[in-house]
Amino acid sequence: MMNFIFRRLLAMLLTIWVIATLTFILMHAIPGSPFNSHNGKQLNETVQKNMEMHYNLDKPLPIQYLIYMKSVATFNYGPSIKHPNDTVNSLISDGFPVSFELGMITLIVAIISGLILGVLAALKANHFIDYVAMTIAVLGISIPNFVLASLLIQEFSVNLGWLPPSMWTSWKSEVLPTIALATGPMAIIARLIRTSMIEVLTQDYIRTARSKGLSPFLIVMKHALKNALLPVITLLGTLAAGILTGTFVIEKIFAIPGMGKYFVDSINSRDYPVIMGTTVFYSSILIVLLFIVDMAYGWLDPRIKLHKKEVS
Amino acid sequence: MEPLLEVKQLHIQFQAHGGTVKAVRGIDFTIGKGETLAIVGESGCGKSVSSLAIMGLIDHPGKITNGSIIFKGKDLTRLTSKEMRKVQGIDISMVFQDPMTALNPTLTIESQLIEGLIHQKKMSKRVAKKEAIKVLEWVGISNPHERLKQYPHQLSGGMRQRIVIAMALICEPDLLIADEPTTALDVTIQAQILDLFESIQKRTGISIVIITHDLGVVAKMADRIAVMYAGRIVEMGSKRQVFYHSEHPYTRALLNSVVRLDQTSHSLKPIEGSPPDLFSPPKGCAFVDRCPFAMEVCGRVQPQKSRLREGHQIECWLQDTRAVAVRKEMLASQL
Ligand SMILES: Nc1ncnc2c1ncn2[C@@H]1O[C@H](COP(=O)(O)OP(=O)(O)O)[C@@H](O)[C@H]1O
Ligand code: SF4
Ligand SMILES: [Mg+2]
Repeated sequence: MMNFIFRRLLAMLLTIWVIATLTFILMHAIPGSPFNSHNGKQLNETVQKNMEMHYNLDKPLPIQYLIYMKSVATFNYGPSIKHPNDTVNSLISDGFPVSFELGMITLIVAIISGLILGVLAALKANHFIDYVAMTIAVLGISIPNFVLASLLIQEFSVNLGWLPPSMWTSWKSEVLPTIALATGPMAIIARLIRTSMIEVLTQDYIRTARSKGLSPFLIVMKHALKNALLPVITLLGTLAAGILTGTFVIEKIFAIPGMGKYFVDSINSRDYPVIMGTTVFYSSILIVLLFIVDMAYGWLDPRIKLHKKEVS
Repeated sequence: MEPLLEVKQLHIQFQAHGGTVKAVRGIDFTIGKGETLAIVGESGCGKSVSSLAIMGLIDHPGKITNGSIIFKGKDLTRLTSKEMRKVQGIDISMVFQDPMTALNPTLTIESQLIEGLIHQKKMSKRVAKKEAIKVLEWVGISNPHERLKQYPHQLSGGMRQRIVIAMALICEPDLLIADEPTTALDVTIQAQILDLFESIQKRTGISIVIITHDLGVVAKMADRIAVMYAGRIVEMGSKRQVFYHSEHPYTRALLNSVVRLDQTSHSLKPIEGSPPDLFSPPKGCAFVDRCPFAMEVCGRVQPQKSRLREGHQIECWLQDTRAVAVRKEMLASQL
């Protein structure tokens, strides 16, 4: 088991290195530099030279790459080019908690509501509740979150005036962005749970459980749910990734002061340190998340655990 | 003596796309206390469906359309599902065919073993666990403390079937239904499991319905035998009566195919032909297409039950006084 975890950690570091390198290559492959895209205004040539020197952009690319890898290894990306008074780290520690909160709340809401919707649909397969739940799910999957966000703002902020249309200051302001971001993943989870639950309920061990006179509720919660969750767990990593990147768009629409603003701006303005820092930071989070998902899978399905033990 | 279970005129149908499958078409049988009844018949004749009906586990698209299942004076077909849950596992329990799929792969043996005691008998976890260890020792499982912590995939097939049996016994039911409990197991393990059933019965006086298509199992276990064909019980009697004094062409053909298997194993000749389509079962005897002694009346009219001797009855037109000649022919034949 320790052996397994150790090898996974090694693979995770390798993945981060590959992502960091790719980011570096892509970043330098897109035309433009941090200094010639300033609102179309051209900087004085000496000023630009000085700036490039200051940020090591005058050095040959291999050297830049090494400097960059050093900053990845030490988690120190130096100051932003666009906001010279802030370091990349301070931008992350400033914006990320908000994004993280939005992402986490969204994930939890999506999982819980997707679970309830999916289980209800499965238990009432081909009945009214099933059709309602699956209609919601299809709508949820097909409406992009930014469209849903605009609809929600129009209805609940502008027309009804119940909830604020922007910011991240009270629970009220968190409701609409969370709904906008959670609906898609919720719908995916609900459909997946429905399918796998219907499948699980036909299994022999469910009949065994019923032959013991257990209540339908207990059978679903204890005997069926864990098995039905397995395919959802596999998908959780992808869903979380979708939610994380989704936060960028939603934050923009609701003017939420999270990472999204810095990330999008940094790409537009070729703010190299910020691009690199946030990309590596976000990929690290995703990789750790996928690792946790794998561990959860082993916990849910004891057969997996044994398999890994045998391999290592 | 009042029987423990009495099944009367039980009819079970399944609504399918092409129409209605008449899976069980009016069966009657009883089981006394401490008795073992074997239900035999080819695959698809309605053995499993009948046992599931007794357990209250027939669900959509299946339905009990007629008849009653009287257990200890109560008609189980009239109970609500909530009332039926008080019978399941407590009064009647079931052992299924395939121990590889009958246990939940994600739950420990302990959690599956004691849940009946905890949720049905409201025992504390501690007491239930003690009980579980006792039952595991009973069914011949060594290191029961260890086993409780394990998951099904960590155990062999025979071991799992012992667990399933322990699970069925843990609430001390009066009736155990075992649906082909050895079919999925190795031959050596099969014998052990059958021995286990016998010792359990000696110890507890439990009544057993054993469902099988293996006449070897019947010979070892049964007190009485019910032979099923196409949703009906065509012959019913004590083991001796059915094995040595059967007068039903189907039963005799069934017994004969085993004898042939023993003598020249390469020339096993099961009964030629196949059972009728249960979407539209024949008006008369369902065996008519395969029966070498079939008469004109057989295909037209369902034969009534006739009593050969005390406790031994069959459904066959050959018992009619007008068929004496054909009956003699049958008794003289190899079949
Ligand atoms: N869920 C179902 N839907 C339709 N037909 C069924 C269903 N379950 C069983 N049957 C039919 O009932 C008949 C008896 O099946 P079963 O009791 O399983 O036979 P066996 O004697 O082999 O145990 C078969 O013809 C089968 O096709
Ligand atoms: S009733 Fe007729 S067809 Fe059926 S078993 Fe008897 S003789 Fe054969
Ligand atoms: Mg069967």
